Amino acid sequence: MDTTTIAAVSGNLATIGYGLATLGPGLGLGFLVGKTVESMARQPEIAAQLRMTMLIGVAFVEVLALLGLVAGFVL
Amino acid sequence: MLHALVTIAGVVTTNAGGDPTPTPSPASGESFFGWLFASNGFHPPSLTDFFPDAVLFQGTIFEFNRIAMIRIVSAIVLVGIFGLVASRARIVPRRGQALVEIALDFVRLQIVDEVLGKERGKRYVAFLTALFLAVFVFNVTGVIPFLNLSGTSLIGLPIVMALWVYLLYLGAGIHHHGLLRYLRLSLFPPGIPWPIYLLLTPVEALQVFVLRPATLALRLVANMIAGHLLLVLCFSATQYFFFTASGAMRGFGAVSLAAGFAFTLFEIAVALLQAYLFTILSAVYLTLAIDEEH
Repeated sequence: MDTTTIAAVSGNLATIGYGLATLGPGLGLGFLVGKTVESMARQPEIAAQLRMTMLIGVAFVEVLALLGLVAGFVL
Repeated sequence: MLHALVTIAGVVTTNAGGDPTPTPSPASGESFFGWLFASNGFHPPSLTDFFPDAVLFQGTIFEFNRIAMIRIVSAIVLVGIFGLVASRARIVPRRGQALVEIALDFVRLQIVDEVLGKERGKRYVAFLTALFLAVFVFNVTGVIPFLNLSGTSLIGLPIVMALWVYLLYLGAGIHHHGLLRYLRLSLFPPGIPWPIYLLLTPVEALQVFVLRPATLALRLVANMIAGHLLLVLCFSATQYFFFTASGAMRGFGAVSLAAGFAFTLFEIAVALLQAYLFTILSAVYLTLAIDEEH
């Protein structure tokens, strides 16, 4: 009897893993940027300082997502 | 890796265990354009894009390929622009000089003065400016036509720059505090009940000696790799939709072409942002090394 394939997924499941790996940093960026916007609205006079601090935080959060990307390629 | 993105086959096939048709790859002798336009099917980008064939000195440690060439070209362009502008510097700047001065002022005012402070930052302005400009120029080659690959999209160059920062902040900390005091300040931050040190000291050691330089290099290279893959995906999808796909599928080509141009602009922004982040994080690490406590 022949096997009937309805749908096939070929390739590497790492892509799905990477999709999951973006969830955490996505949440992190959401909180980070949202809170910064809130603080800027409360105290517009220190907006520049807040923006710089936010970007440093963004760099730390972003590296987690990028580790997911690198792990997909390396492992 | 990215094959799964595009080979989700929704067709009903009667399959007696045959293997899926492999995607054709460029034959070694064929020219790139011959391969690109003669082929049918979709070619997803892959990591082999970042390891082009050697141009010179194949098989030796001095192997010279397209990425090395791009790095040399962009370094010459950067040094050339600054040499030219500096040799004709005037008190009242003209347009070219004004542009260069904007870049220099940006690093000095927005990064060094903000993070390190005016007085303390003076020693590091030259270093951080060179870092910012180098990272930006090596990044932006990813969207320049005919270069099309970032100089920083292989890990070697980011590792060199991260090591440079690493040695500099360790050196600054030791120079400022002395070796033992620097280690005590960074590994045993004051003002904490001592049992916490059991937990904190390993984490801090990992941070200071491994994670900071490693993430600095990884962030840059991963951003550049992701950006290149994104652009190649958009433009090779466009090629596929326009020349291979049939019927209404061709319409998607317009969408992916527009997306390709949008992502090109996005990549320019990313090149700037990554240069800014690399520099500002270097400045932050320098501050943390110099500060009395953090």
